[in-house]
Amino acid sequence: MALIEAKGISKTYRLGDIDLKALCEVSLTIDKGEFVAIMGPSGSGKSTFMNILGCLDKPTGGKYLLEGTDVGKLDRDELAGIRNKKIGFVFQGFNLLPRTSAFENVELPLLYDGIPAKERSHKAMAAIKSVGLEGRESHHPNQLSGGQQQRVAVARALVNNAPIILADEPTGNLDTKTSAEIMELFVRLNIESKITIILVTHERDIAAYSRRVIRFLDGCIVSDERKV
Amino acid sequence: MINIPSTIKISFRALRVNKMRSALTMLGIIIGVGAVIAMLAVGTGASRQIEAQISSMGSNLLMVVPGATTSGGVRMGSGTQTTLTMADSEAIRRECPAVEETGPVLSGVAQVIYGHQNWSTGVVGTTPGMLIVRDWALSSGRPFTEQDVKSATKVCLLGQTVVDNLFGDSDPVGKIIRIKNVPFAIFGVLEKKGQSATGHDQDDTVYIPITTAQKKMFGTAFPGMVRLIMVKAKSAKDLESAEKQINDLLRQRHRIAPKQDNDFTVRNLTQMMQAAEQSTKVMTLLLGAIASVSLFVGGIGIMNIMLVSVTERTREIGIRMAIGAKTWDIRLQFIIEALTLSLIGGLIGIIIGVTGSKILSMLAGWPTIVAPLSIILAFGFSGLVGIFFGFYPAYKASLLNPIDALRYE
Ligand SMILES: Nc1ncnc2c1ncn2[C@@H]1O[C@H](COP(=O)(O)OP(=O)(O)O)[C@@H](O)[C@H]1O
Ligand SMILES: [Mg+2]
Repeated sequence: MALIEAKGISKTYRLGDIDLKALCEVSLTIDKGEFVAIMGPSGSGKSTFMNILGCLDKPTGGKYLLEGTDVGKLDRDELAGIRNKKIGFVFQGFNLLPRTSAFENVELPLLYDGIPAKERSHKAMAAIKSVGLEGRESHHPNQLSGGQQQRVAVARALVNNAPIILADEPTGNLDTKTSAEIMELFVRLNIESKITIILVTHERDIAAYSRRVIRFLDGCIVSDERKV
Repeated sequence: MINIPSTIKISFRALRVNKMRSALTMLGIIIGVGAVIAMLAVGTGASRQIEAQISSMGSNLLMVVPGATTSGGVRMGSGTQTTLTMADSEAIRRECPAVEETGPVLSGVAQVIYGHQNWSTGVVGTTPGMLIVRDWALSSGRPFTEQDVKSATKVCLLGQTVVDNLFGDSDPVGKIIRIKNVPFAIFGVLEKKGQSATGHDQDDTVYIPITTAQKKMFGTAFPGMVRLIMVKAKSAKDLESAEKQINDLLRQRHRIAPKQDNDFTVRNLTQMMQAAEQSTKVMTLLLGAIASVSLFVGGIGIMNIMLVSVTERTREIGIRMAIGAKTWDIRLQFIIEALTLSLIGGLIGIIIGVTGSKILSMLAGWPTIVAPLSIILAFGFSGLVGIFFGFYPAYKASLLNPIDALRYE
């Protein structure tokens, strides 16, 4: 059974009188442990697709099976549960809670999962350590560099042992050196923890870290290449 | 499953993180609650004071004074033209069915001496009926009697202020004082009544038999002269008929021809006091209205802060939903935040309102009474405003797609 199975997923935005097709019947499967890069020009529907995979948004057509479950049949709170336990999302703009310490940001998914305090702080510290931020756990986002903020976001994505990390242009706001560090972090998580990584990027050298590259154009998949 | 301890933790963290917003929201609640409590305390205090004065004056009271009524109303400076007598008072009591009791008055200011202490006070010559007219009991001793009035004995009842000034803490009953150098035996002490509606000390008085006042104190221009007659009607309903009966009786007794003006005036004191009470009620209402404005302004303050922070908070909600917050996780967080701010702000507002009214009553000398209803009202309203504007935007955001909340601008 595939981890992710998209069957003819489409997304149409209604803008006044005109329909804007952001995704046109996209089908693909991703197996557990894959490291996938999604590429394509701006406006080609990459984020739209990622948001649907991450259960942040709903497709207007098609079917999305996650670990065999038809996500379209789940209600809001069941989807929240999936985002909490199955999916870690890393955004281009970090999306950390402001004026809130790194530790508390990382701890948040565990609070929503109702994990007891002791286990919570143990897991949060472990996640912070695994992204190399020990000693910075009490820093607020505005006291951290972009790379460090993105590490906090990665720690938050993996703290609840989610099997999938979705990253939408995670290095878009970072310089080359920091980008490389973040990418090495993803590679390590993919190899050591067997976490499935799907990330969107514009840059060829970022995509080079992955083992499969899917290209989008005007809402459709135009190529899907695996490296040997 | 919603985890309450977690949600409380999340709410308190959010409050702490947004100190400025929390403080401003609370400020709105504090102003609203504090102002309403203080304003209503002033209003309630004033009307209670008037009520107390009305009941201290005695109920269902009419006053008969010499002199005609002017067409525009009552001529206040009366007492120069003395046409009323003891016999008039007796006749009113006997012959007017709506009248329960009368108390004739002949009074003046006199020096009262006990030992080395002396005190200038209002000496009131009257009959035992006066105590009934004014609903005035004795705190010690006994009243003088009709017999004392008949024989013009030199006995007296002291008001508490006179007792305080001449005797301090010791019991005056049975002692002898000198009024205008005439020795009087003290029969009793009148219960404390406090200030009258016009602000004069009702306890600064000495009651003596009216006949004694006529013969030994103030003299009379004609036999049996009295300065005024206080009348108690049988009930509030009887006030008007009593007024009419007295009018008819005195016209007849004073032989006033049908076209001629009265040589006396009957005033309805109870009506006058009720008018005063009414105007205090209006004042309370006005103060309440002013206070409601502050409550309203406080509410708008809360609303503004909440609405201004909606964008920021909608993003925050988007982030929370993206990492697994369920609908009620979000709603509960905001309810707890709003409740906490309302409760703390409300409590501070109550403390400020209560101390504020205490300070007001000390500085301005106004009596203030904090009515529990005003606390409930102010607290309830600000609480509702705080909860509504704290919760409503969050409620709306909790219905958004997570991605729309994340992108909200
Ligand atoms: N909320 C939205 N409302 C209307 N149109 C949208 C919305 N989000 C995205 N789009 C449109 O959908 C298309 C795909 O956008 P997106 O998935 O963000 O592209 P990418 O991430 O590949 O740059 C674009 O044309 C964009 O303008
Ligand atoms: Mg995009």
